[in-house]
Amino acid sequence: MYAFLYKLASPKKFYQMAGQLIPWCSGLAILLIGYGLLGALVLSPADYQQGDAYRIIYIHVPSAFLSMFIYLMMAFCALLSLVWRIKLADVVLTASASIGAWFTFLALITGSIWGKPMWGTWWIWDARLTSELILGFLYLGVIALKSAIPNREQKDKASAILVLVGSINIPIIHYSVYWWNTLHQGATISRFAKPAIAPSMLYPLLSMIAGFLVYYVIVMLIKARTEVLYRERRSTWVKELFK
Amino acid sequence: MKILHNFLTMGGYAAYVWPAYAVTLLILMGNTIGALRNNRKILKKLKQQLLVEKRQ
Repeated sequence: MYAFLYKLASPKKFYQMAGQLIPWCSGLAILLIGYGLLGALVLSPADYQQGDAYRIIYIHVPSAFLSMFIYLMMAFCALLSLVWRIKLADVVLTASASIGAWFTFLALITGSIWGKPMWGTWWIWDARLTSELILGFLYLGVIALKSAIPNREQKDKASAILVLVGSINIPIIHYSVYWWNTLHQGATISRFAKPAIAPSMLYPLLSMIAGFLVYYVIVMLIKARTEVLYRERRSTWVKELFK
Repeated sequence: MKILHNFLTMGGYAAYVWPAYAVTLLILMGNTIGALRNNRKILKKLKQQLLVEKRQ
């Protein structure tokens, strides 16, 4: 196990393995999102309260989940980078930041479109919405910091610290619907309780979440490969690629 | 026919459901295309650099 992880942490091995993994992940993502969409838009019944407008849940919840999952992933990478100085962790962190920012944007925009017919407003300073907006600013902060510092080591260190400090926001987003009783509805799926949703709606939703997760892995790997190539551009293994 | 009608009108919420899906599709596609394009760009750049180095 450790030998495998050690191998994976070498940029050359990572570049090769990522390249092999991407086609498999693409097939898996198409299957998961395909089934999810079919269930979301055709097979599952309309909600008894929200009618067909609830169907936005199939993109809203996966986007929101991913916006937080990617941040946790980045926090994990930040830890690996700061404590164990694993170079690859900085690559994955860098590659993840913009995808996370886009998923945060998607969660906010689909939520907004859902909120208009259901709540009667595009936006409200509800705890869940506000903390998600702050998450978006954190992502933008990481991206801005990365482009503002020219020295790579300083850049990696500064953004890792920012990511770790900002991770305090993740539990706040998660528990916001319990701590503050405002407009946003509570959790639909919870690990500890029976899901508050019928199976015909649940399985497509889970499939969409899994599909979005695999999608993130694909785009992150493509971006990470680009980043590894750039960072290792002076090393012999990169030069050998072009022979 | 009823299924198709329901699918297109979304029970009167088509103006909300479809734009939400469209924006999601657009962003996911855009992210993928952007990532692939950047990857191709750097491969090309590194290749050129190597050719220059070889000539020197």
